[in-house]
Amino acid sequence: MIDAASKRVTLYIIFVTIGLIFLLRLFWLQVVDETYVQFARNNVLNEVVVYPARGLVYDRNGQLLIYNDAIYDLMVVPERLKDLDTNSFCDVLGITKEEFIRRFTKIKNSKGYSRYRASVFEKQLTIPVYAAFQEKLFDFPGFYVETRTDRKYVYNNAAHVMGYIGEVTDKIIEQSNGYYRMGDYYGVSGIERSYEDVLRGTRGIKYVLVDVHNRTQGRYKDGLFDTASVAGLNITTTLDHQLQEYGEKLIQNKRGSVVAIEPSTGEILALISNPTYDPNLFIGRERGNNYMRLLRDPQKPLFNRPIAAPYPPGSIFKIIMALIGQKEGVLNENTSYYCGGGYRMGSIKVGCHPHSSPLPLRPGIAVSCNAYFCNVYRSVIDNKRYPNSEAAYRKWREHVMSFGLGQRMGIDLPGEGMGNVPSPEYYDKIYGRYHWKSSTTISLGIGQGELGITPLQMANVTAILANRGYYITPHIVKAIEGTKLNRPEYTKRHYTTVDTGYYGIIVDAMQDVVERGTARVAMMKDIIVCGKTGTAQNPHGKDHSVFFAFAPRDNPKIAIAVVVENAGFGATWAAPIASLMIEKYLTDTITRAWLEERMVKADLIHPKPVTDEAGKSAAKPAH
Amino acid sequence: MKQESQLQSQHIDWLTLLIYFLFVLAGWINIYAAVYEADHASIFDISQSYGKQLIWIGISAFIALMIMLVDDKFFYAFSYGLYGLMIVLNIAVLFFSKEVKGAHAWFEIGSFRLQPAEFAKFATALTLARYMSHFDFSLKDKKHWWYVAAIIMLPMAVILAQNDTGSALVYCSFIFVLYREGLPGWILFIGLALGIISVLALVVPSNVLIYILIGLALLAVFLLRTSKQGMLLVAAVLITCIGLIKGIDYLFYKLQPHQQQRVNVLLGKEVDLKGAGYNVHQSKIAIGSGGLLGKGFLEGTQTKFNFVPEQSTDFIFCTVGEEYGFVGSSVLIIMFIVLFVRLIVIAERQRNRFNRIYGYCVASILFFHFTINIGMTIGLLPVIGIPLPFFSYGGSSLISFTVLLFILLRLDASRVYQLRGSIY
Repeated sequence: MIDAASKRVTLYIIFVTIGLIFLLRLFWLQVVDETYVQFARNNVLNEVVVYPARGLVYDRNGQLLIYNDAIYDLMVVPERLKDLDTNSFCDVLGITKEEFIRRFTKIKNSKGYSRYRASVFEKQLTIPVYAAFQEKLFDFPGFYVETRTDRKYVYNNAAHVMGYIGEVTDKIIEQSNGYYRMGDYYGVSGIERSYEDVLRGTRGIKYVLVDVHNRTQGRYKDGLFDTASVAGLNITTTLDHQLQEYGEKLIQNKRGSVVAIEPSTGEILALISNPTYDPNLFIGRERGNNYMRLLRDPQKPLFNRPIAAPYPPGSIFKIIMALIGQKEGVLNENTSYYCGGGYRMGSIKVGCHPHSSPLPLRPGIAVSCNAYFCNVYRSVIDNKRYPNSEAAYRKWREHVMSFGLGQRMGIDLPGEGMGNVPSPEYYDKIYGRYHWKSSTTISLGIGQGELGITPLQMANVTAILANRGYYITPHIVKAIEGTKLNRPEYTKRHYTTVDTGYYGIIVDAMQDVVERGTARVAMMKDIIVCGKTGTAQNPHGKDHSVFFAFAPRDNPKIAIAVVVENAGFGATWAAPIASLMIEKYLTDTITRAWLEERMVKADLIHPKPVTDEAGKSAAKPAH
Repeated sequence: MKQESQLQSQHIDWLTLLIYFLFVLAGWINIYAAVYEADHASIFDISQSYGKQLIWIGISAFIALMIMLVDDKFFYAFSYGLYGLMIVLNIAVLFFSKEVKGAHAWFEIGSFRLQPAEFAKFATALTLARYMSHFDFSLKDKKHWWYVAAIIMLPMAVILAQNDTGSALVYCSFIFVLYREGLPGWILFIGLALGIISVLALVVPSNVLIYILIGLALLAVFLLRTSKQGMLLVAAVLITCIGLIKGIDYLFYKLQPHQQQRVNVLLGKEVDLKGAGYNVHQSKIAIGSGGLLGKGFLEGTQTKFNFVPEQSTDFIFCTVGEEYGFVGSSVLIIMFIVLFVRLIVIAERQRNRFNRIYGYCVASILFFHFTINIGMTIGLLPVIGIPLPFFSYGGSSLISFTVLLFILLRLDASRVYQLRGSIY
């Protein structure tokens, strides 16, 4: 019996030992070792990004320009497919059976495929297909429609201002310090890009529990750790949609730019680049194809001319010359120069058109005499106040740049160009130091030569004239979420180096230009327009037609610059367009239907405008 | 006489009965938690395994009641017959079953499946008890030895043929019974030691293991320096162990690489989270993430969302570990140990050998299941699929364990009317 008792004890010891080993092991696994908790989290927690609604965009009058539109993707979870009637399914979707098989093969071969997870079967269903599918959804278990939003542009105007959104690239993801993730959309150009931070809102994160097949099983802790998405802020632009639309209509089938600014605020009323495109081409499933097509278009519709393209300003630059000449004390309203069909100095010859001679300053501007302003330029550069022409040139350049030229002004749109006001070092390089003088660079005096000015800069100069001496940096956004944009860079007055007192006679002269000078076509009965034509020579073809103007003369409401490429005289194309837009903006009526018709109908791009009706569609406004 | 053999409620072992009820109830609730789906939220939904388990519990309760009402001599009388029937059924299942997970172990009757291997356990236990309780039985008799070996090995061999290794290994547990009934202690010791050293030989580098063993041997020699016999024994054990280690080493390297990998994963030397090691890894995550107090009822994400395979059957302990934490797991472990000790106490208080031997059989079988099952889920033992008694989902195993336990309770309840040493 002693034997039996000890054997019983042995068995007890074995039981208890195993029990203790298990308890120790469990203590280790459950209490001491924390790694299993993390493993468990990784198993079941899935972060789902909740995308906020992107901010809406309005024009200055509250007209909606950009909104978000629902789009419908057809998704499939292969594991849930059951008794699919392939024929009826293909009918609804409008695809062939071969296509159906091809897509399924593609889905199955795609990276990260799981039969338990949803894959996109068809992106962005058209509305009729979506409607038809919704009705029959119950016949196709395993398929469902996922709703996303995409941008929608209300009008096919102002494409270059609006810009577009696109999927992020690896580079963008890298630059964003991990903000963007694969598959996110971001603003690629235009306002969409420059106000990306404002428009995009804040993403939310929803934690969901998933099972071993990655199927969603519910919220984690009833959403305790979830963060809500915050919708993007709505933006009110400075654009006047009606003006923008009207301007685009006038300039259709012509290459060129229009920039209209409200002088007192620097707000851009219209920013037109033609040839243009429908911004809605950048949404939807044809996005990629459309982009490639536009990129290859020889007319370069994607190029944002008004803020990026430098043009030689031509005669409109004479206005700046007149201001600098007065400031430098080499010119006053009585200064007269002789013009014998041009300006001659040694071997240099600058031609001029016939007009009476000699002329003082005001008619000199009105008839846009080349000889006059060559003389002004010479007197500025050869001014005895400066030790040499280089020093005088530096001074001249300083004046010119105080008008916002030769630099980026800081518009709130991407892709702004600098234009060009050549530095003295540039001429040193070409001619050698002290080996150039006024005669070498004489063409600058009439806005030719190396000078490059963007239409935005031209419009800004017009605003300076309207303001008699200062400008506010042009900008495109007026308010964010109803609150007026109060950024110092868009409220500060930048005074030019030319005092306000010198502007009076120039404004008078600009009024003369319209009323009895080169731009009589721009004259209106009730509105005093002050302007200046330009016919900028360019080495690549016919002259550019340039005109800038502001109106009314007192307390101006609009300053506008128009460039029509390779179109000839400023008075022929640019001045009528500017004048019509001024009338439209100030009076909201058009009294000169004949002029409007002439502008709208003119086709300077296509060699045979009558037979090339189809080609217009890209530039044709919707309304 | 009739009255004596009637069930006497005051003689039922209420502690064992209570533990049984708690286990079955806890098992049912844990099965519900493990396979819970919001679509089938009712624990009584018989389309789900928890609903089905309730049916099995009902059937088990009915059978348990029947057992308690049957005459206590019935089990002795019918033990050989039951044994024969079970052997026949287990052979039949080889020919009349579809393959499920590589095993031919299931009869399919409508939507229910029965596993005859489960029922062979109590039949074998009864037969072993009856044979060994014979008045002239002695383990020292070679002939009797062979009979005992045959009684144990026959169902084991048939079940191995079904490719159900886990169930076959359960019959190894009878070594405890034999130990109690006269098997020398050293055989049990060597049996256990060989098992442990075999596992260690694969886990620890063999040279290190040999040095440790030599160290232990030297210590033993120092302690036993007065006994020449003892020193010789130590030397013999040491040489046997080194031989075993080298042998296992050799066998291991003769294995195919993928087989070596599987063994390594089972032993935790290598982590293959997608393949062979997946089950154990997920099981450890589920249990380990339970923490001290657990995540709470139906909050166990790892088991609920199917990360743990076989979560309602072989890995049911994961649900306990995850939802009730270290505290809940400890309660379960301690209750099992209490049950085992109680079963030994019951066995030892029997007045005849048949009852006692049967009692030891019950304790050994349940202990073996417990050890292998829990050891597997917490990564201490290789994955051998056998159920956790009373907890795991499955009608065959629940009914079988119920029958196994209630026969003992029935025998125990009428022990006072039986003559000491009587063999009917």
